[in-house]
Amino acid sequence: MIFTTFKRIARTGFVNFWRNGFLSFAAIVVITLSLCIFGSLIMGTAYGRSLLADVKDKVDINVYFTLSTPEYDIMQLQRDIKNLPEVANTSYTSRDQALASFKDKWQDNALIMQGLQEIGDNPFPASINIKAKEPGQYGGIADYLQSRNPLDATGTPIISKINYRENKLVIDRLSKIIPAVEKAGTILAIIFVIVAIIVVWNTIRLIIFTARDEISVMKLVGASNTYVRGPFVISGIMYGVFSGIITLVLMGAFANWSDTLVLKLYGVAVASDFSMLVNISSTYFSQNFAQIFLVIMGAGIALGGFSSYVAARRYLKV
Amino acid sequence: MIYYDKVSKIYPDKSVALDEVSFGVEPKEFVTIVGHSGAGKTTLIKLLIAEDYATGGAVFFESSNVRLLNKKQISKLRRRIGTVFQDYRLIPNKTVYENIAFAMEAAGRNDKEVAADVPHVLELVNLSNKIWNFPQELSGGERQRVAIARAIVNQPDIVIADEPTGNLDPVNTYEIIRILQKINELGTTVLLTTHNKGVVDSIKGRVITMEKGKVIRDDREGKYVL
Repeated sequence: MIFTTFKRIARTGFVNFWRNGFLSFAAIVVITLSLCIFGSLIMGTAYGRSLLADVKDKVDINVYFTLSTPEYDIMQLQRDIKNLPEVANTSYTSRDQALASFKDKWQDNALIMQGLQEIGDNPFPASINIKAKEPGQYGGIADYLQSRNPLDATGTPIISKINYRENKLVIDRLSKIIPAVEKAGTILAIIFVIVAIIVVWNTIRLIIFTARDEISVMKLVGASNTYVRGPFVISGIMYGVFSGIITLVLMGAFANWSDTLVLKLYGVAVASDFSMLVNISSTYFSQNFAQIFLVIMGAGIALGGFSSYVAARRYLKV
Repeated sequence: MIYYDKVSKIYPDKSVALDEVSFGVEPKEFVTIVGHSGAGKTTLIKLLIAEDYATGGAVFFESSNVRLLNKKQISKLRRRIGTVFQDYRLIPNKTVYENIAFAMEAAGRNDKEVAADVPHVLELVNLSNKIWNFPQELSGGERQRVAIARAIVNQPDIVIADEPTGNLDPVNTYEIIRILQKINELGTTVLLTTHNKGVVDSIKGRVITMEKGKVIRDDREGKYVL
């Protein structure tokens, strides 16, 4: 009996979906637009996170040592820095590596290479590159280094320079901008989601309002609440499924299109300068398709089905 | 079978629809309730099918006080009462077949019964040729016949017809009354409300006359006296 009832409810829901073609179309359009907002939030968040991560990654400080500092002392200091809770990672560049890197970079510039030869000795100091977990933590790290500055055997401080002051302005700005952007993004996302839910809810309510007489007739011939409401919920779920499919197709198309557009507009320069940003949309979409599919389809089905369920309840009191 | 016990209905705006109305309806009776618009005829019907509730007194269907029924019991009660409305109240996006089948499916009848009984009942109301039409493709008389078919398909204990001929021409009016009489002859109780004098006089059955929410006459073989 339960199976028969479910079969009839499902059949009626499907039939109503097709017969009320215009209303179904209107509901699908509205839910699709709302899901597109969800979709753009997902993609926008991914893009924003990647952009922020890229910018954060470019912020660092370098500690340069005097030319006479023994490598052992530098290693000792690097271990101490690594143990700081605010430090994400460190990398040591020896004097020889710095020289090799310089030569590699300017090998085609004869003038510079000649000047280097004239100096004779290696003029580059060893250095430690430090990346903090958050941009706001660089000030503390720089202070620590300045106060900690160890002495070598001759009693001279081994740190000759910390480039924090040069980067301070950028670091300070990013420290303020990044949390603000993240906060604003979250608030905007919440507002968009609420607006989308309200719009879908009202559309479904309107659709069910047009069927209120039908609902009362069904009740008056003795149909149970489940039997009356069921087909509306099935139709609502179908709105969600169709909207979800359309949204996923649009998201996939947009992800590919936007990547192509970025490359077209900015050319290969983007590819080399911001390698992380190139193809981010399509890569993110394809790598996270299962999760995006679940979120979009789930949101569509929940919006359509739940709105129908709640909206129909009002007219069941006959 | 049905008993109205000092039933009153006063709306929130203080207008009185029913004022201590009492009468009973026995099984297999054909009872016509007459009265001008606003006399309280439709309110009586609404109280019986639990579409509205009395503010005083009680309405009994068999031994059950309708007011005290829960949702499930109300659904069951409505399956035992076939209701025909003046405005037909067919479901617009369902075909004639589906409109009638819906009442059977709601009552939990199986697919075989539905497939057998719907064409049969349409034959009774002479609408076999309109089985796959939608309500908007039918005339007023045809729609009302579909409504009657839907009301009787579950073989209810009683058929209530609330001004079923109000929107119909004389030919269709008498066709509908003839069908209701036929249903009554087959053993089903019929409760008809109307303000059509010709209809009342032609039935030659019990007539309850209402005025301003009160029963002013109850005649075993009555006529329209208003």
